[in-house]
Amino acid sequence: MIPRHARAIALSLLPVISLPAGAAPSGWRQLNLPVGVTSISRDAYDLHMLAIYVCILIGIAVFGAMIYAMINFRKSKGAVADRTLTHSTKAEVIWTAIPAFILIFLAWQTVPALIHIEDTRDSDMTIRITGYQWKWHYEYMGEGVSFYSALGERSNTARQRNAALRPAEVDHYLLEVDEVLVLPVGAKIRYLISANDVIHAWWVPELGIKRDAIPGFINEGWFRIDQPGTYRGQCAELCGKDHGFMPIVVEALPPEEFAAWLAARRPAAQAALASSQP
Amino acid sequence: MSDTTHHGPPTGIRRWLFTTNHKDIGTLYLVFSLVMLFVGGAMAMIIRLELFQPGLQFVNPEFFNQMTTLHALVMVFGMIMPAFAGFANWMVPLMIGAPDMALPRLNNFSFWILPFAALMLVSTLFMPGGGPASGWTLYPPLVLQTGDAFPFVIFSVHLLGISSILAAINIIVTIMNMRTPDMPLLKMPLFVWTWLITAYLLILVMPVLAGAVTMLFTDQFFGTSFFQAAGGGDPVLFQHIFWFFGHPEVYIIILPSFGIISQIIPTFSRKPLFGHDSMVYATASIAFLSCIVWAHHMFTVGMPLAGQLYFMLSTMLIAIPTGVKIFNWTATMWRGSLSFETPMLFAIAFLFLFTFGGFSGVMMALTPADIQYHDSYFIVAHFHYVLVPGAMFAAIAGVYYWLPKWTGHMYDERLGKIHFWLSAISVNLTFFPQHFVGLAGMPRRIPDYALQFADLNAFMSIGGFLFGLSQLLFLWGVVRCMRGIGDKATDRVWEGAQGLEWEVPSPAPYHTFDTPPVVK
Repeated sequence: MIPRHARAIALSLLPVISLPAGAAPSGWRQLNLPVGVTSISRDAYDLHMLAIYVCILIGIAVFGAMIYAMINFRKSKGAVADRTLTHSTKAEVIWTAIPAFILIFLAWQTVPALIHIEDTRDSDMTIRITGYQWKWHYEYMGEGVSFYSALGERSNTARQRNAALRPAEVDHYLLEVDEVLVLPVGAKIRYLISANDVIHAWWVPELGIKRDAIPGFINEGWFRIDQPGTYRGQCAELCGKDHGFMPIVVEALPPEEFAAWLAARRPAAQAALASSQP
Repeated sequence: MSDTTHHGPPTGIRRWLFTTNHKDIGTLYLVFSLVMLFVGGAMAMIIRLELFQPGLQFVNPEFFNQMTTLHALVMVFGMIMPAFAGFANWMVPLMIGAPDMALPRLNNFSFWILPFAALMLVSTLFMPGGGPASGWTLYPPLVLQTGDAFPFVIFSVHLLGISSILAAINIIVTIMNMRTPDMPLLKMPLFVWTWLITAYLLILVMPVLAGAVTMLFTDQFFGTSFFQAAGGGDPVLFQHIFWFFGHPEVYIIILPSFGIISQIIPTFSRKPLFGHDSMVYATASIAFLSCIVWAHHMFTVGMPLAGQLYFMLSTMLIAIPTGVKIFNWTATMWRGSLSFETPMLFAIAFLFLFTFGGFSGVMMALTPADIQYHDSYFIVAHFHYVLVPGAMFAAIAGVYYWLPKWTGHMYDERLGKIHFWLSAISVNLTFFPQHFVGLAGMPRRIPDYALQFADLNAFMSIGGFLFGLSQLLFLWGVVRCMRGIGDKATDRVWEGAQGLEWEVPSPAPYHTFDTPPVVK
């Protein structure tokens, strides 16, 4: 969504400035916004990096001027104040106009990405997400498949005060659930999101999605996952005592595997499974 | 401060209870604010202690949420707003050549509401069900799950709001009516200007907050459904009303800071403020824009596209007048004759770190990126940068700047410099890494976190403890001056100081400007 030349400007700055986009996942990447696996998350990442570079350039100019003044106009070095320098229409016009142009540039980069986010047309499937204190409920619309997804057992044990199990001993501590949300790769997935009690927010950084789940409202959005994998997130809106303990885990499967998974979870398949067991 | 000319104030507790003197009331506000700094600070220490390591070691999640909520309410309504009200009480009459505030009894009343409101707010911690735990934003429906504390929280917010409105009315009336005849509006010092504009903002938005919490109150107890979906209400409506108050509120906090910085930088640059009039216009523009951008706090609630576009673009506009201010301060230092006493050090730290907080502010205006930043530690880092090394450093700078005028004694410069360096370093150790954990996916307001955030959280906690301890040096420095320890201050105090407040003796006599002074 970000025009190519803007990316080129950003990329040309990369060697000069740290926070490289392509660093190892264990290094700087974990300290920066994830690039993610949807067009929405990549747009957010590109805008984020562009804004950082713009801020760094402005920072060099502004902080540079401040530091220059602090070094060169010290009384201890014999500087004498120029008490006539109290106004300059030219300078003031310049430093009002330049930020205005920078902001117009940023806005021009941002608007298409925002319009893209809101375009929920032509979706391939719809899921319904409902927030509860303190778990999520997922429903595959029209498939008859739905389930709750709560904090995983081992995390739930380790997060108690004076627990015998230590957080360090739990894989994906606080970011694991009992039932993961399984979704297909490549499909345009529309989500409808609401809540049953208080406001929650469904946030998966690598999908670039954060949307409030509000009782009495149904919010709508979409994403299309490009790569198979497991993506973890958390509730982002304070929702009571266990707000920190209602994570989200999305497992993205290739379409065929997803279809097989969904078929096995359909009520008919579940009933057959139940009756085949004595 | 008991240096009187014709009649003395009562002594002991009666002096402080019944005082109508702007200097006494200013002192009361400032001392109250200092006490609340340590109350709110203790809560921050509990938060950082629990977040020092993954897992829950010290407090339950319920109590943790009460700490985050009350830390914010105490710091915003108990610490920083009363601090600036204290500065206004002490300095506005001195700066405009007025003998006192226009409405002295109202002044006494607006202060004495505060301690009771704050006491009621903090006492909710000991009520069945504990204190408010819904965040300082008090979003329904969550806030409606508060226990017995609920009506007390609402009532204390009402009282704090009434106190602020009364103080604001008093400040406007004083500035409009009691300036020395030589002082037209555009000749007023910038601190007076920023407070005049702040006071109008307060009168505009505090009643809106009062209305919002009253609607919460009737939803809870009188069967209304303003914000309850089950009764046909709208939880998002509260957020709109709250942030219509809440966004101007952040400028209510920062504009007086701008005013203080605009007094200090010229003094220590030995040069008049660059672009005085454009500073006034920039302040007014910021105040106006602050009232029309509120929903940028709500980009994830599901607004229509047009709404998101409007709030994004209008928010970006704020960068322009704010930039003008930063550039004007830099130009004030340009070709000056700079010296670096403690007030100037804090003012320069403000200049750098507030600008830094402004950068993350511009980033957050970009809606698609803000959807990632929203409610993560990135926003926690942003608003702490503009509030701690922003507003709070400005207040500290102001205290060091005017303390000799208030007490007649110089603070200990070496102690002040140690306080500055410890604060400036530790504030960055605490808040800078919060950008990174936020970007990496750590939500705000959680008592426990995933393991990849552990190292940086331990680091931030150590920075936080150091910052908290450093403020004890500030307390020590202030108490020394109040007890009369330290060199006698001259009337002008600072070589480059300009303005009416430096024409009166140090300490400022109990009554000043019985006849209007002449502005040179």
